[in-house]
Amino acid sequence: MSTTGPDLVRINHVTKTFHRGAEDIHVLSSLDLTVAKGEFLALMGPSGSGKSTLLNLIGGLDRPTEGSVEIGGERIDRLSERDLAAWRARHIGFVFQFYNLMPVLNAERNVELPLLLTNLSKRQRREHAENALKVVGLSHRLKHYPRTLSGGEQQRVGIARAIATDPTLLLCDEPTGDLDRKSGDEILTLLQTLNREQGKTIIMVTHDPHASARATRTVHLDKGQLAANAPTD
Amino acid sequence: MKYLGLIWSNLKRHKLRTALTISSIFVAFLLFGFLFAFKEAFNSGVRMADADRLIVRHRVSLIQTLPVSYGPRIISIPGVASVTHMTWFGGIYQDPKNMFASFPVEQGSFFDLYPELTLPAAERAHWSKTRSGAIIGRSLAEKFSWKTGDIIPLTSPIYGEPSNQAAWDLEICGIFDTTKKGGDTSALYFRYDYFDEARPRGKGEVGWFTVRVANASEADAVAAKIDETFANSPYETKAEPEGAFAAGFAQQIGDIGKILIAVLSAVFFTILLVAGNTMNQSVSERTGEIGVLKAMGFTGPLVLVLVLVESCLIALTGGLGGLGSAWGMLTLKNPIASVLPVFYVPESALLLGSVLALALGLISGALPAWHALRIRTADALRRNG
Repeated sequence: MSTTGPDLVRINHVTKTFHRGAEDIHVLSSLDLTVAKGEFLALMGPSGSGKSTLLNLIGGLDRPTEGSVEIGGERIDRLSERDLAAWRARHIGFVFQFYNLMPVLNAERNVELPLLLTNLSKRQRREHAENALKVVGLSHRLKHYPRTLSGGEQQRVGIARAIATDPTLLLCDEPTGDLDRKSGDEILTLLQTLNREQGKTIIMVTHDPHASARATRTVHLDKGQLAANAPTD
Repeated sequence: MKYLGLIWSNLKRHKLRTALTISSIFVAFLLFGFLFAFKEAFNSGVRMADADRLIVRHRVSLIQTLPVSYGPRIISIPGVASVTHMTWFGGIYQDPKNMFASFPVEQGSFFDLYPELTLPAAERAHWSKTRSGAIIGRSLAEKFSWKTGDIIPLTSPIYGEPSNQAAWDLEICGIFDTTKKGGDTSALYFRYDYFDEARPRGKGEVGWFTVRVANASEADAVAAKIDETFANSPYETKAEPEGAFAAGFAQQIGDIGKILIAVLSAVFFTILLVAGNTMNQSVSERTGEIGVLKAMGFTGPLVLVLVLVESCLIALTGGLGGLGSAWGMLTLKNPIASVLPVFYVPESALLLGSVLALALGLISGALPAWHALRIRTADALRRNG
């Protein structure tokens, strides 16, 4: 059973503005959000509402124009590029809509990729990768290349890759957006299991109310601002 | 090392494209090796030249002869230590394609001027007792499988046949080697006294004199004195250091160095475009994957290094393969030994080629690597979606 703890993510008065030529595009406006440790948060909203931008800020892929992003007590918006990359390697696991697996690597080698940045030996890396694939139910597909896997299986490999380094936070950008209902449900169940049984904190961007229903809380974004904030179970 | 698997997998992504790029680089460096072998062949005379040796030839051209009587007059000039003479014979064995360097020489003084040529004492003594005797270089002996004691019939398009004989029947008295690395052992030397007596025309004439000066620093002054001695005679001379003589001989067909640079510049510029285009295309089509790597925590500089290593591996595989093949082919067999007896890829060219291959890898990978370093992770990921 999952339990939520102290705040893991604190977004304080965050504004994000993109410059396109002479035009300024305000994607997020003075946004505040906290996510507790062990929470499974769904970020919903129409296209252009700023969901992915917010996910990028939390994942340290981008920096806010104003405001602060604090993860586990650390101001990541103040980190240098180099430190931010090292921080991502330690604390963040990304799950993408289109899986983003390396086509030239088999499932095991794909999952091993983030482990290359650790000090683990080759044998230890392989063990970690095998364990992660076991968690997502793909221990029988270690040597399979992405092109030989179904969409659902590819997303499972993507999730195994995201959890291989045992990150603090899982960030999922439309993880079921490219899957049929059945495969999508399996992925959501897997995420729910990771949240409930392993205590993983998950933030998931989705358009799909069916997907957001699996989260412990749903946040709606509209025009760069928080629209609603309600627990779902 | 732990990233080599990832790099190797990327190289295998488009096997045909990678193979074609490596092949084009291979051919360029094979050409590089052969061109440097040509350069080495034409410059070998300059490289082998001794600083204290002068060549004295007819002022008009090398094909004009000089009287043999100049020898005693040259040795009497202050600063001259020793003198010998040589004549281009143009000997042919059985077939015109078997022409090789052959010279009648003054057997008594020959080794004083060319101490780098080594011949066992017994063979040398045998040569001194055999009027129609000849000595041959090791590579020439190997080429025709000749051995000491063989009688070889030669003809000469310049001097014809000896009186009352169908050919110049020369007995091989010895096989010489050289102490100089890359030195020429493809020539034949036989006795001038036999040659001069038997030749139907041009008696008493020689091709050129080789002079050793007592002091290398006075070589130019001694050369001037020699020319001065024979000025206003029917056989005016041109004396010059052996290196300058060899360089002038090579330059008769053009400036090999400039030709080499022109050809190689064109080849390498083309190859740079080919390799650069391949790397650019290869990195550009996996921008999304670069975004994923960066999202995982791969730093920009690490991604830059991965791309550069990949491009260097392509360039070094093709480059070292081409250089190695050129070296191997010419080491195993000189395909034009009768034209260019010294024909091999020098070590300096192998080193320069290796450096060029590395530079090719770095330059061709620089632009895509810089792109991979600079691109924002979020932008790169968006390309994938």
